[in-house]
Amino acid sequence: MKKTAAQNSIRPWAVLFWLLVWQGASMVFSALWPNGHLLLASPISAALRLGELAFTAAFWRAVGGSIAHIFGGFLAGCALAVALAALSARWRLVRELLYPLTAAVKAVPVVSFIILALVWLDSRSLPLFISALMVFPPVYLNVLAGIAAADGKLLEMARVFRVPLGRRLAGIYLPAVLPYFRSAVSLALGLCWKAGAAAEVIGLPSGTIGERLYTAKVYFQTPDLFAWTAVIVAVSVLFEKLFLALVDALAGKAGL
Amino acid sequence: MELHIENLCKAFDGRLVLEHVTFTAGTGVTCVMAPSGAGKTTLLHILLGLERPDSGNFTGNVRWAAVFQEDRLLEHLDAMGNLRFVLGAALDEPAAGALLTELGLGDTAGKPVREFSGGMKRRLALARALLAPSDALALDEPFTGLDEENRARCLALLRRAGEEKPVLLVTHDPADAQALDAAVVKL
Repeated sequence: MKKTAAQNSIRPWAVLFWLLVWQGASMVFSALWPNGHLLLASPISAALRLGELAFTAAFWRAVGGSIAHIFGGFLAGCALAVALAALSARWRLVRELLYPLTAAVKAVPVVSFIILALVWLDSRSLPLFISALMVFPPVYLNVLAGIAAADGKLLEMARVFRVPLGRRLAGIYLPAVLPYFRSAVSLALGLCWKAGAAAEVIGLPSGTIGERLYTAKVYFQTPDLFAWTAVIVAVSVLFEKLFLALVDALAGKAGL
Repeated sequence: MELHIENLCKAFDGRLVLEHVTFTAGTGVTCVMAPSGAGKTTLLHILLGLERPDSGNFTGNVRWAAVFQEDRLLEHLDAMGNLRFVLGAALDEPAAGALLTELGLGDTAGKPVREFSGGMKRRLALARALLAPSDALALDEPFTGLDEENRARCLALLRRAGEEKPVLLVTHDPADAQALDAAVVKL
């Protein structure tokens, strides 16, 4: 599967330009105010801080903890969305029943869900639940659209030849659903890392990136704030690339 | 086995497409002939269970294998992959390979069907119908897009299939009925 032009549009020179703007702004802040470097840490100080953090065990514990919660939520949300999309495709009643739910999850601000869920759940389960919730609508709706796009004439052929369901799923439904699933996952992974990190900052489960982000904010450690933000972006991008590579490998194996 | 079709009627939007169609098809090839739009494909779809007739009776519970008007192949798979999709573990690969070779598709291993020509797809659709376990064959213009040589090969294969089971062949060409020594049903 090919990438769109938009996905290929980040150029190193443009990144360098904005890093220079950031560095310049930080230097202006430092020149204008005595503690200006605290208001806007420079990219160099953030990178140095990230380098220091990377050599501590607590850093990797926090990264691992967040991955377990957020990616776990992503996988759970995906599994639930695919299963319910299959049921919705089969029974209209299920589809009609789930429509208000997906519409509500899409419309309600994520912070409302986070605060509400904090009433019911412990802080460890919160990012897992919020990530799953964010993943559910795009994956559910796209997989449902993919199932609907399966070739009706091929399904008729399979019916005439009495092809069992397992082979129909692999031969007809999987090729129809995979492109829809891929684009949904690409969107959902970014969403679940943003929402999951927000849930960690609010719920403060110990040993997570969100907790470290909150601590950095409380103690006005702006280099840490930027360093942890960079970690969230990096992990999010890494997981998106890895998961999409896995989906593409599956598609390649199926001959798509 | 014998296929009995009695007083089959079907209308679309008030237009009668099949009007009291009645015939019996035993072992051997039966050619169904009619002008375009006269309901040949509709008749096959009813027999295959893809359409409901408005009235009439026909032999049910038949395990069919078919060549449809369209090829209806899995474009991302190669020839053997398409056969495996239908036959599963029952696929006899040496026998399937021999049939593909007989139909001029012996050198297509690993080549996805989307890269096949129209004639190659048609021959593969026929191979699939011939290899699938069935009580009867329903073939909707299976020779479309075939050159004379391949047409002759396919006719020979149909003649062989007709020795074992009923073969309903929808065709425009009376020469097909002659070549197959087939019974003819005109709609």
